[in-house]
Amino acid sequence: MKKPGTILPILIVLATILVFWYAAALVMNWPRLSDSYQRAGTIDVPLSQQFNDLLSMEKPLLPAPHQVVVELWKTMAQQAVTSKKSLVYHGWVTLSATLLGFVFGTTLGIGLALFIVYNNAMDRSLMPWIIASQTIPILAIAPMIIVVLNAVGIEGLVPKAIISTYLSFFPVVVGMVKGFRSPEAIQLDLLHTYNASRLQTFIKLRWPIALPYLFTSMKVGIAASLVGAIVGELPAGGGSGLGARLLAGSYYGQTIQIWSALFAAAALAGALIIVVGIAERLTTARMGARPA
Amino acid sequence: MTTVVSAKDLSLTFQTNDGPVNALSNVTLDIAKGEFVSFIGPSGCGKTTFLRAIAELEHPTSGALSINGMTPRQAREKRAYGYVFQAAALYPWRTIEQNIALPLEIMGYSKAEQQARIARTLELVNLGGFGNKHPWQLSGGMQQRASIARALAFDADLLLMDEPFGALDEIVRDHLNSELLKLWAATEKTICFVTHSIPEAVYLSTKIVVMSPRPGRVTDIIDSTLPRERPLDIRETPEFLAIAARVRDGLRAGHSYEE
Repeated sequence: MKKPGTILPILIVLATILVFWYAAALVMNWPRLSDSYQRAGTIDVPLSQQFNDLLSMEKPLLPAPHQVVVELWKTMAQQAVTSKKSLVYHGWVTLSATLLGFVFGTTLGIGLALFIVYNNAMDRSLMPWIIASQTIPILAIAPMIIVVLNAVGIEGLVPKAIISTYLSFFPVVVGMVKGFRSPEAIQLDLLHTYNASRLQTFIKLRWPIALPYLFTSMKVGIAASLVGAIVGELPAGGGSGLGARLLAGSYYGQTIQIWSALFAAAALAGALIIVVGIAERLTTARMGARPA
Repeated sequence: MTTVVSAKDLSLTFQTNDGPVNALSNVTLDIAKGEFVSFIGPSGCGKTTFLRAIAELEHPTSGALSINGMTPRQAREKRAYGYVFQAAALYPWRTIEQNIALPLEIMGYSKAEQQARIARTLELVNLGGFGNKHPWQLSGGMQQRASIARALAFDADLLLMDEPFGALDEIVRDHLNSELLKLWAATEKTICFVTHSIPEAVYLSTKIVVMSPRPGRVTDIIDSTLPRERPLDIRETPEFLAIAARVRDGLRAGHSYEE
């Protein structure tokens, strides 16, 4: 249910962002434009012409919003989705790596959390390594993963998915360790009086009680997964995917292309989080949670 | 009469950071089949610890404890008792029916048998028609009744109740007390009931065990002279008040205020 008056504030915020963006585009693109005027020897350009030129440069420092929208329209709606010029195609390449990496990462995260919760030695020895793994900059390790896997003949989707896995397992481990340990003493005592086995305790208590933690972790994990897939596409260079698109854009100074790829990535992340959110809502409704 | 719970010189010491704590010291007690035994005493007297020792949730340091002639472990493996905790401890993601089904699922009852038992125990605790509700949709008193139904579902002869009504208000508690008596009469179970309310202990019990802390020990065992049939207004009779006075004296004697 929408409460009255939620649309207006959202529109106001959006409008404010647009105003600032246009202002920034005017200010930031001015030095380049005045340069080109000087070189061409044009003087006394009418103000309206200057204004127009500032917002329609081919390689602006900061493209204006409508330029990005036009680019998005051209690359998404006016290209066949199988074309290399289509942003939908590149988005799909990135999405498939993201999803594969996310499934790997979530599975790995749950598995590691089980090890940590059920094994004392693992509890003490594994966690520091897991935390250390996340302190390594992904930009440093991603090219190595790509290169090493290429050397053994693994190319394309899987290396990128592995980088996604590397980033997305972490929130799942941390969340699920907490989740599996969240039963209260009284709930465990109850099962003890029933002489329940460890497996029964897991199925009847630890797993269902950890589910809300899983969804929270997955929301962080899927966004991290997308970042991983994009980063994984950078070292490949000239290939497909939103990351390759970003890299190509920066090689050739195609700022409009960079920005439209950024927007596509942001929209993708938003959509993925919404999907996880819907799954979460369906599950909690099935589990009879009190409506908020 | 058959002895259900038998404790002999039972002691239990907790090792804490502040040194050992004698939760139970030389407790000797026999509970016969069909009795309603209340354990009463100030906090720290070991009444809950005694109950938890029966359920093998704590391990005695010395002495002997047997349930139906078995060790606590064997009794637990045989699922010889139902335990009702201070809080209802219902699983929030399960409906009331599913909560009652929890022990039945673990113990491997068939689906049909589960349904029959759920229906029967829901009737016993007057929750018929609430089976499809989730715990949060029920009041505290109803939740606690559901947890009693869960403990009754698998037909253990012994019911261990650890201050089950402690968190409820006086009116609800009165109501549940009289319902518990009816249930006890209907099922002929042996009940061990921990409380810190004197009227509750006297009203419910055939036997009242008065305990005192530091170290936790039994100071008095009172066999009730009240009839088994007990309307709520029995609590105004001289007989009731005499027993209550004796409990109070026992509590006072065990508690040295000079410390």
